[in-house]
Amino acid sequence: MNGIAQAYGIVAEFTTASSVLHAAEKVRDAGFRKWDVFTPFPVHGMDRAMGLKNSKVGWFAFLGGVTGYTTGMLMIWYMNTFDYPIVIGGKPMFSPFGAFPPSYELTILFGAFGSLFGMLFLNRLPRLHHPLLKNKRFSLVTHDRFFVVIECNDPKYSETQTRKLLEDLGSRHIEVVEE
Amino acid sequence: MAATVTTMKAPQAAQVRVPETPAELQRVPLVANLRGFGWISNRVASLSEDKAPLWWWILFVPSALCLGMLLFMLSYQISTGVGVWGNRHPVMWAWDIVNFVWWIGIGHAGTLISAILFLLRQRWRTAVNRAAEAMTIFAVMCAGIYPAMHVGRVWYDWWLFPIPNSNSIWPQFRSPLMWDVFAVSTYFTVSVLFWYMGLVPDLAVMRDRAKTRIRQFLYGLFALGWTGSNRHWSNYEKAYLILAGLSTPLVLSVHSIVSLDFSVSQLPGWHTTIFPPYFVAGAVFSGFGMVLTLLIPLRSIFKLEDLITMRHIDLMCKVTLATGSIVGYAYSMEFFIAWYSGNPNEQFHFLNRALGPYQWAWIPMVTCNVLVPQLFWFRSIRHNLVIVFIMSILVNVGMWFERFVIIVIGLHRDFLPSNWGYYRPTWVDIGTYVGTFGLFFTMFLLFIRFLPMIAISEVKGVTPQSDPHHPLGGAKVKEVVPQ
Repeated sequence: MNGIAQAYGIVAEFTTASSVLHAAEKVRDAGFRKWDVFTPFPVHGMDRAMGLKNSKVGWFAFLGGVTGYTTGMLMIWYMNTFDYPIVIGGKPMFSPFGAFPPSYELTILFGAFGSLFGMLFLNRLPRLHHPLLKNKRFSLVTHDRFFVVIECNDPKYSETQTRKLLEDLGSRHIEVVEE
Repeated sequence: MAATVTTMKAPQAAQVRVPETPAELQRVPLVANLRGFGWISNRVASLSEDKAPLWWWILFVPSALCLGMLLFMLSYQISTGVGVWGNRHPVMWAWDIVNFVWWIGIGHAGTLISAILFLLRQRWRTAVNRAAEAMTIFAVMCAGIYPAMHVGRVWYDWWLFPIPNSNSIWPQFRSPLMWDVFAVSTYFTVSVLFWYMGLVPDLAVMRDRAKTRIRQFLYGLFALGWTGSNRHWSNYEKAYLILAGLSTPLVLSVHSIVSLDFSVSQLPGWHTTIFPPYFVAGAVFSGFGMVLTLLIPLRSIFKLEDLITMRHIDLMCKVTLATGSIVGYAYSMEFFIAWYSGNPNEQFHFLNRALGPYQWAWIPMVTCNVLVPQLFWFRSIRHNLVIVFIMSILVNVGMWFERFVIIVIGLHRDFLPSNWGYYRPTWVDIGTYVGTFGLFFTMFLLFIRFLPMIAISEVKGVTPQSDPHHPLGGAKVKEVVPQ
C-alpha cells in the first residue's frame, strides 16, 4: 500500500517435526487465528495440534459421485430408450444392470474430479503468487525445514510479543516477511 | 538409538521403562541408513537436474525410433485398411485385442500400488508408487491405440462417444464394448489425476530447487503455488484418501469390464463367470512384473538402494507370487469346469488349447504364469536381483501368451469345421506391437528425466524422524548419522 512494503507475517523456523508440533500446540493455545504451519510432508497429529476440523473435501467427492451416477443412468435411458430406441438381441430397452457399468465408471470419474477440484478450491489453489514464496529461507520448507507463520493481521499479533513467544518455543531463526 | 523409550505423561507414576524390541521382531526400516529429509530431496531431485547420463541417450534414441516406427505402422494401416493386419476369418480379433488387454493389464499395478496398498496402510508403497503410476498411464496410452485402430475406419472413432452419429443414432449401451470405452477412459483420466495430485508437492520441491528461469517457471506453474501449508495438507490428505478409495473399485472394475467383452459373448472358453476376478488377478500379476522390470535396473543405475530397498523388491515378489498363484488356480478351474459342465464345445475348446495347433502358445503361458512365479517362495530367489529381473520379464511374456491363448485359440475353431482357420501375424502386426514399446519407453524415459521418479514428500513421511512421537522424531538425523 502506498508503495511501502507491508509486513505479511512473522516466520519462525524449526528443524524437527516434534519441535514444530509442540510449537503449533502452544500457538493454538495462545488463541491465534490467522496462522499456519508449513512442513515438507504432512506431519502426523498436526491437524489436532493446530485445532483443525475434519476436511470438507469428502462433500465435493460425494457430490461428484452422485452427479456421475445420475448422469450415467439418465444418459443411457435417454439415448437408448427415449430418444432413439432400437431393439438389440431382444434385450430390454433399459435395464439398470446393463446401464450400471458405465454409470459406475462415471460415478468414479466425477467423484475423482470432485475430490481433486474440491481440494484445490478449499486450498484456494492454484495460486501463483504468495508472499512466503518470495522468501529465500522459506524455500527450505520443501527440503527439510518446518515453519510456523503468524500473519500480521491476526488480532493477537504483536511484533515483539509474538516474536518472544516463537523464540520461547525454540525457534532459532525468526524473521518478518513482507507482503 | 536409545535402548529404552520412556513415556513422559503420567506424572504420579515413575517413568515406565519399555524394553527395546528384540532384533528379530524389529521391522526393516523403509528408508535404509537413516537418511535425512534433505538427503531424500537431493538424491531424487538430482536425477532430473543433472545432465542426462549416456545410458539415458542410449535407451532414448532407439525408443524414439521405435515410436517413429509405430507412427509409420499406424499411418500405413489407416491409409491402406485394417487388412494389413493378419486378422482373417474366423480370427477377427487377434494381436490388436491381445495387445490391448496386455497393456491395460500392465497398467493395473500402478493403481493397485497407489490405491489399494494405500488403503491397506502398506507404507512401503511410497518408494515405488510414482514410477508405477507413470507406468500405468503410459501403458494405458499404448493400450488405447488398439481399440481406436482396430475399428478399421478410425475416422469413425467418435461413434464411441455419447454423441449421436449422422443418422441421429446413439451408441448402444447394452454392449460391453461401450462399457469398456467408459471403463478405460475413466481409468486413464483418474490415473492421471491421481498421479498429478501426488506430484504437486514434489513439483514444489523441484520449483524451490530450480536454478534456471525456465525450470522455475514450469515447475512453479504445475506446482500450483504449493507452500506445504498444513491447512492445505489437511485437505490434500483427505482428497488423496478419497481418490484412493475411488480408484480401488475402479482398478477392480476396469479389467472386469475388459473381461466382460469376452464373457458376455457365447463363445466356448470366453463365456465364463470366472473371467472378471481371473483377469484382475492376471492384470495385477503382469503389472507387478513390469514394475519389477523397470525398477530393478533403475534402482541400481540411480543408486536408489536406500529408498527402494531389498524389502520393497521382496514384497513385490510376494505380490507377484500371490497373484500368479491365483492365475494358476483360475487355469485349473477353467479345465475343471469344462469337464464338470459336460458341455462338449467347452471340453473341445480346452483340450484344443493344450493339444491343438496353438500348443506352442499354451506351453509358455502355463510355464511363465504358473510355474515360474512359484520360485518366489524361496527367499534366496527373491533376493537375487538378476533372477528376479529375468522372472519379471517372463511374467509378462507369459501374460502376453495368456491373452493370445484366450483370444486366438478361442476364435480359430468355430462351431463348424468349415469355419476353422489358423492365424498368423503380419509384419504390420509385429511392427505396431514393437512400436508401442517405443511409445512406452519414450514416455517413461522422459518421465524419469524431468519429474521426480520417487514421491519425495511421501518418502519423507515414512522415515522414523518424520513421526513427532518416535524416539528419533525430535532428532536431526545429521546428529545421529553423520552424512
